[in-house]
Amino acid sequence: MAGFLLRRLANYVVLCLVATFLAFTLASLTFDPLAKLNERNPPPPASTIEAKRRDLRLDEPVPQRFVIWMSGVVRGDFGSTVTDQPISAELGRRVGVSLRLFLLGTILGVSLGVVVGVVSAVRQYRFSDYFATLFSFLVLSTPVFLVGTLLKFGALRLNETVGVTVLYFTGETDPSFQGGWIAALLDRLRHLVLPTLAIALHQIAYYSRYQRSAMLDVLGSDFLRTAQAKGLTRRKALFKHGLRTALIPMATLFAFGFGLLVTGGVFTERIFSWFGMGDWLVYGVEQQDTNIVATVTLFVAVLVLVSGWLSDVLYAALDPRVRV
Amino acid sequence: MSVTLKDTDSAGTSGAAAGGPVDAAVEPGRTLTRGRLVLRRFLRNRLALVGMVAIASLYAMAFLSPLFAPWDHQQQDYTAFLRPPGGNHWFGTTQIGEDVFAQTMRGLQKSLTIGLLVGVISTALASLVGATAGYFGGWVDRILMWLVDLLLVLPSFLIISIASPAFRGKSWLLFVVLLALFGWMITARIVRGMTMTLKEREFVKAARFMGQSPLRIILRHIVPNMASLLIIDATVNVGAAVLAETGLSYFGFGVQPPDVSLGTLIATGTRAAFTFPWMFLFAGGFLVLTVLSVNWVGDGLRDALDPTSTRARRREPRRRRAGATASAAPSAAPATTSSAKPSTTPSDRPQSTDGSAG
Repeated sequence: MAGFLLRRLANYVVLCLVATFLAFTLASLTFDPLAKLNERNPPPPASTIEAKRRDLRLDEPVPQRFVIWMSGVVRGDFGSTVTDQPISAELGRRVGVSLRLFLLGTILGVSLGVVVGVVSAVRQYRFSDYFATLFSFLVLSTPVFLVGTLLKFGALRLNETVGVTVLYFTGETDPSFQGGWIAALLDRLRHLVLPTLAIALHQIAYYSRYQRSAMLDVLGSDFLRTAQAKGLTRRKALFKHGLRTALIPMATLFAFGFGLLVTGGVFTERIFSWFGMGDWLVYGVEQQDTNIVATVTLFVAVLVLVSGWLSDVLYAALDPRVRV
Repeated sequence: MSVTLKDTDSAGTSGAAAGGPVDAAVEPGRTLTRGRLVLRRFLRNRLALVGMVAIASLYAMAFLSPLFAPWDHQQQDYTAFLRPPGGNHWFGTTQIGEDVFAQTMRGLQKSLTIGLLVGVISTALASLVGATAGYFGGWVDRILMWLVDLLLVLPSFLIISIASPAFRGKSWLLFVVLLALFGWMITARIVRGMTMTLKEREFVKAARFMGQSPLRIILRHIVPNMASLLIIDATVNVGAAVLAETGLSYFGFGVQPPDVSLGTLIATGTRAAFTFPWMFLFAGGFLVLTVLSVNWVGDGLRDALDPTSTRARRREPRRRRAGATASAAPSAAPATTSSAKPSTTPSDRPQSTDGSAG
């Protein structure tokens, strides 16, 4: 099994590199980083533009630029932005902001999604099942930027009714905030609720749909009946034999759900003014900055890699047939 | 969906393919063609029917309303700025006096058109790539599936947003091509799995031994045998395409002004969402309605075309699952070729190849 996981890991690393290379190339071909400089009024002297062009190595072939950038990345230097800010300086904070959002969203989404799915499968065609189905249909049809705005709307109403600001919807922390660490934690928590909810709702709906049909498949199976015939209680049979089997397809789904999550993260960060990686991507495209975009792509690729590899591990843990 | 399956016909038994004959027995004395059978199953699903009617009326509304609406989408009413809904501005007006109803309809037109085009093109692409990979196997298969993996690592949102400066100021059709180019991977995986089993069937072998070219075999024998799956997936992909388009347009990476889509409308409306909610609520509502009805139709089509796609049917289910099925579950881990099980027409379904609950 270790061989299998290592092979997968090697495959993912290659995918990651190629993905970053593609994004880098695409960005180099479509972006025009000098556009902002050229638009300036009065126009800057030709020598300034020429210096910038040399700085950004715009005359060198793209693969060569990629190799230079990548060799910097290996040493921990992600290059600088068009405006000469070092990317590495900002990277850590932004990664932290995004990871906090993604991790909480994933944990909440996967666990609640599985629970909702299992419950609606076990209680098929009851009210709870219909409600969960309707809920997930509705959420899956509502893009994250609408969910986010509606959540903001709801929070505004809530704050108005209560009279104090219970939930914040801009930024990840209050810049003028002062107090002890408990109060600081609470402050962050109040900023965290809405964005996490915005990102988790989709995940819950997405996973619960799959979990429900996977669980339904298992519920009618012979081995579950056999387990009960041998004297296991229904609950025990459901959890020990049913749920474990029904979780197997979830493991493979997990890797794909992550792409969805990242895209949702871009919208969430923008709407709630979190300066994370998703926000950086939009900023990078707007500023036509190749290095920022390549850095974000690398981050996303690594995340998808980790989640893909994790889902392989989960798969191997859940399905004994893979392990032989 | 109410195929009258007997209770004994439960899951796990690989021959759960009795859907066709049993259904035919519902109404004896009259020949039931497959088309009529599918239609009847579809009509029984109330939500799918509602979705179908909703989509039809959305299309009609989007394209016909300019004929009778009082205002044009570019016209400005200098007597009414930021007016709430009412009067002859049915959905209110914007800061510069544009009619929100006319704009929403215009955006709906664009979003619906893009969604339909992208859904159809990407599914066609998926069937070609998937069938090629599955039919030839070996290196072709490995390279194509590696490409699929690569595109899954790079979210399409990311690629298209990076590419967006290139089509700024160009036709929106370029945007359609990009969306289609990056929306076919999951379907292609499923098609590949089905092709691998279809390849071993007698009619494909016969065609091959008669000397037909691979392209002809794929187009004439393999792809038509997956028509059910492709129709379902095309529908689901339309919904996904509408979401992708509006998402990209929301950031200005998609449909560019002066063109409007539901995404750009929501983006402009969101800025003033709290004080002038009508500017974004209507566009948002239409967007949700569109995607929701497309998903319902996809769900109903799945029940009607592919009643064996779920093995576990204990009682008479009316509807089963959301826009994407578990049978369509993408298989990331190597050992899950089972997720792409062959589910052709109910009567001629081959032996069950799925290994999970068997």
